[in-house]
Amino acid sequence: MNEREKNDPLRELGERLDKARASNQPAPVKPGESTSSALAFGWRIGIELIGAIIVATFIGWAFDRWLGTRPWGIVIFFFLGIAAGMINVFRAVKGLGMAIGYRKDQQTKGSAGNWDDDED
Amino acid sequence: MAIELHPLEQFKIEPWIPLHIGGIDASFTNSALFMIASVIVASCLIILGARKRALVPSRWQSVAEISYEFIAGMIDENVGHEGREYFSFIFTLFIFILLGNLLGLIPYGFTFTSHIIVTFAMAGVVFIGVTIIGLARHGFHFLSLFVPHGVPPVLLLLLVPIEVLSYFIRPFTLSIRLFANMMAGHTMLAIFAGFVVGMGIFGFIPLGVDVLLIFLELLVAALQAYVFTILTCLYLRDAIHLH
Repeated sequence: MNEREKNDPLRELGERLDKARASNQPAPVKPGESTSSALAFGWRIGIELIGAIIVATFIGWAFDRWLGTRPWGIVIFFFLGIAAGMINVFRAVKGLGMAIGYRKDQQTKGSAGNWDDDED
Repeated sequence: MAIELHPLEQFKIEPWIPLHIGGIDASFTNSALFMIASVIVASCLIILGARKRALVPSRWQSVAEISYEFIAGMIDENVGHEGREYFSFIFTLFIFILLGNLLGLIPYGFTFTSHIIVTFAMAGVVFIGVTIIGLARHGFHFLSLFVPHGVPPVLLLLLVPIEVLSYFIRPFTLSIRLFANMMAGHTMLAIFAGFVVGMGIFGFIPLGVDVLLIFLELLVAALQAYVFTILTCLYLRDAIHLH
């Protein structure tokens, strides 16, 4: 019986399959920790800042047209766009992905009070 | 020595089979042709490649397998295992964009990804789909995405609008990135190509530039398809794992 097991090619294959499946399981995968190439990362960032400003300004312009509040919509949304673009770039660079909201990062790193602490 | 340049002519949509349904221009255009071509090439690649199911893959089968594993790995890495549910969509998206970019590089070809309405439609589908997935999974708790944690209440007045804004900017940046890269690349190729004849004997200089640019464009074509897909994954992650 022992000999049979040893010689059974399917058994060995089964073991190898199990191993492969085990390595295929997502066990230690940390979402957000991507190994994407630096080049792809650079391309990603490029448009983020500009795009945010353009789109936000356009939204402001549309608000102005709609509500007749010229020029306040454009002014406010232009600066909001700059802020949003900056935050998006900052987050992407810090490795927070394109995450909206800081919560996750704080939980994992346990630096919950960091944002408040900086003000002191 | 007049050099006539029409670098933007290549982006013109030409209706080949005019078709008007209820006042909507639904003509079969060169853009539609290349979309269909992209779908057919992708289907052939995957279906024919996977047909034999050989243990030792042939060349085509390994192309199909590598692209499958590439996307599967990308989803596992960026979304987590739950993301596998959406594998078919993300895979289709990637292959469609990649082939659209690559087929457009064939001389006299048409790049449908160089039209913002095409990329915006795709980004819009991603955006709406991700929002629906988030709402279906978390209900109204999904809206907590817009409230940064551990921020003084006064600052929330400023930060929540910024968060909402940066959420709604996503489909725009996603589409502009792909469209701008493809359009800029093809315009550049056309400009240098226009100089080749006009410069007479020195035409080899712009020709050489074009040869180098084609390699760059091949890289950009693959890279932009990758970036579009990986951002879709990241958006999906936000919707699934609410922070």
